[in-house]
Amino acid sequence: MKVLVPVKRVIDYNVKVRVKADGSGVDLANVKMSMNPFDEIAVEEAIRMKEKGAVEEVIAVSIGVKQAQETLRTALAMGADRAILVVAADDVHQDIEPLAVAKILKAVAEAEGVGMVLCGKQAIDNDMNATGQMLAALLGWSQATFASKIEIEGEEAKVTREVDGGLQTIKVKMPAIVSVDLRLNEPRYASLPNIMKAKKKPLDEKTPADFGVDVTPRLSVVKTTEPEARKAGVMVGSVDELIAKLKDEAGVI
Amino acid sequence: MAVLLLGEVTDGTLNMDATAKAVTACKPLGDVTILCCGASCSDAAKEAATIEGVAKVLCAENAVYGHRLAEPVAALMVSLAGDYSHIAAPATTDAKNILPRVAALLDVMVLTDVSGIVDADTFERPIYAGNAIQTVKSGDKTKVFSIRTSAFDLAGTGGSASVESLDAAENPGLSEWIEDKVAESDRPDLTSAGIVVSGGRGVGSEENFAIVEKLADKLGAAVGASRAAVDSGYAPNDWQVGQTGKVVAPDLYIAIGISGAIQHLAGMKDSKIIVAINKDEEAPIFQVADYGLIADLFEAVPELESKL
Ligand SMILES: Cc1cc2nc3c(=O)[nH]c(=O)nc-3n(C[C@H](O)[C@H](O)[C@H](O)COP(=O)(O)OP(=O)(O)OC[C@H]3O[C@@H](n4cnc5c(N)ncnc54)[C@H](O)[C@@H]3O)c2cc1C
Ligand SMILES: Cc1cc2nc3c(=O)[nH]c(=O)nc-3n(C[C@H](O)[C@H](O)[C@H](O)COP(=O)(O)OP(=O)(O)OC[C@H]3O[C@@H](n4cnc5c(N)ncnc54)[C@H](O)[C@@H]3O)c2cc1C
Repeated sequence: MKVLVPVKRVIDYNVKVRVKADGSGVDLANVKMSMNPFDEIAVEEAIRMKEKGAVEEVIAVSIGVKQAQETLRTALAMGADRAILVVAADDVHQDIEPLAVAKILKAVAEAEGVGMVLCGKQAIDNDMNATGQMLAALLGWSQATFASKIEIEGEEAKVTREVDGGLQTIKVKMPAIVSVDLRLNEPRYASLPNIMKAKKKPLDEKTPADFGVDVTPRLSVVKTTEPEARKAGVMVGSVDELIAKLKDEAGVI
Repeated sequence: MAVLLLGEVTDGTLNMDATAKAVTACKPLGDVTILCCGASCSDAAKEAATIEGVAKVLCAENAVYGHRLAEPVAALMVSLAGDYSHIAAPATTDAKNILPRVAALLDVMVLTDVSGIVDADTFERPIYAGNAIQTVKSGDKTKVFSIRTSAFDLAGTGGSASVESLDAAENPGLSEWIEDKVAESDRPDLTSAGIVVSGGRGVGSEENFAIVEKLADKLGAAVGASRAAVDSGYAPNDWQVGQTGKVVAPDLYIAIGISGAIQHLAGMKDSKIIVAINKDEEAPIFQVADYGLIADLFEAVPELESKL
């Protein structure tokens, strides 16, 4: 079985984002970009499946700007076999909507004949939490979201999901889309020799037109603003003072 | 204009808090029809009908909807979609699982975690872990969105909408439920509690977490945790507060041994009053706290608990 892992290039999770003063968006110039942390977990899981012999090939795919090559090289250095970059934007500030991403991923999944797509549960920039579910709908495949455990059993996968009430385990028919949550695994670091090897692994470049997909956004951004700041608080010197403040000033206990 | 709102029903019980807050969000958009589905859901449907401002309740009681699997529920919603301009749900894990599938089947975008509705086409939602709020306009014929319930007030009850039964739609038969592991608790629900007491890595162990829980019980509060505390096995996953966990906005949030990473703040910074107890005066949590106490939690928390 081949597994497809979509990986997104996003602002590094350690970077404090700055909203541009003119309300046009978030400043992405000269900030550190990395692979979406959830996608690292998806890549790791796919590689582990391959190491266990359940998977023959791991294909990483990214949709976005040319610079997403770096993200794909990271996936290759971790152990993916080859990569596909779909160049769909020139400006780093331009993001492709999950629906368009899902349409491109559908075409890639069909062309490659993959048996499973392992994606991140959400991208930490837009926090949409949508792409995997949309892809499952378009392909007419089963979906198992927010996975913290995946076991492949022949034509089915048994997946434990992190849900509001705790954990839910379901069985899905293959081919399936699984979106991964943070506690599925701890992704490995790529070793230097593997980073060197990754430079020689195949990385194909495509465009949305190659797949006949129109990426025109359905949503338009009216403005981007900073959330309301909290007003400065005070430090208290003791537990007694804290209790007094909570009772008399805040009136919450 | 008309709204189809997926009611939050788990094992036959309506989550009144999430559903009634979602009704508040949707009411300005048009007549609100609530869809309840489940293996048993007639009681939930009757309860939903009492939410003020609801025009109608649809009740699809059938075993295929027993565990709210995405494929059959999405198929049901798509079969009803033609009558509505907006399709919405409270942003629970169920809705996050189901709604994007509905949207893609309708060939429209989805907007998740909407925190404000400007008009019928224009919505606000937090991005970058709540560090920015984006206002977006949708050009799609049907708007599909999930609602960040902590941003809306509870609708009242006393209404008496009609309840209509629905037959099941086609079941794609792609998935099957095996089991749920749900921790039983007498504590209030994390997302609707008036007070939340959360512990982080500083608490140090699963045993020590009892200190946090004891304080919570004294206050009648729900218990939350940082990701570090959950990852370390001090607390179960459904207690996680943050960008990738639950979003809470209680009257009082007490953060104990939590540093205040942006991903954690994303889940609690809209709380009315925030208290931070941390031994490191540089901890970023103090920047959002209304009251900060620099102290060793192993002394301060038991003292607080005993003096309340
Ligand atoms: C308010 C708002 C305004 C917007 N305005 C515009 C606009 O003006 N123009 C525009 O083009 N778009 C716009 N968009 C689209 C938007 O910026 C993002 O493309 C969309 O929200 C992506 O969501 P996400 O990355 O959070 O996906 P999620 O659904 O959270 O991602 C889940 C997973 O899907 C996979 N994935 C997602 N994207 C990719 C990718 N590109 N490549 C590979 N894998 C991927 C990854 O595995 C990821 O972990 C807007 C969105 C919002 C919310
Ligand atoms: C993609 C992604 C998503 C994430 N999502 C979330 C999320 O949803 N929720 C979340 O919480 N995190 C999330 N995180 C993790 C986040 O970045 C932080 O790592 C995490 O919140 C840290 O938890 P903490 O504050 O408990 O631990 P730490 O940062 O280790 O802080 C522990 C604190 O305890 C204090 N302390 C230690 N001992 C004592 C003592 N005896 N008395 C008093 N204080 C003490 C220390 O001073 C310190 O400030 C996410 C990260 C990523 C990359």
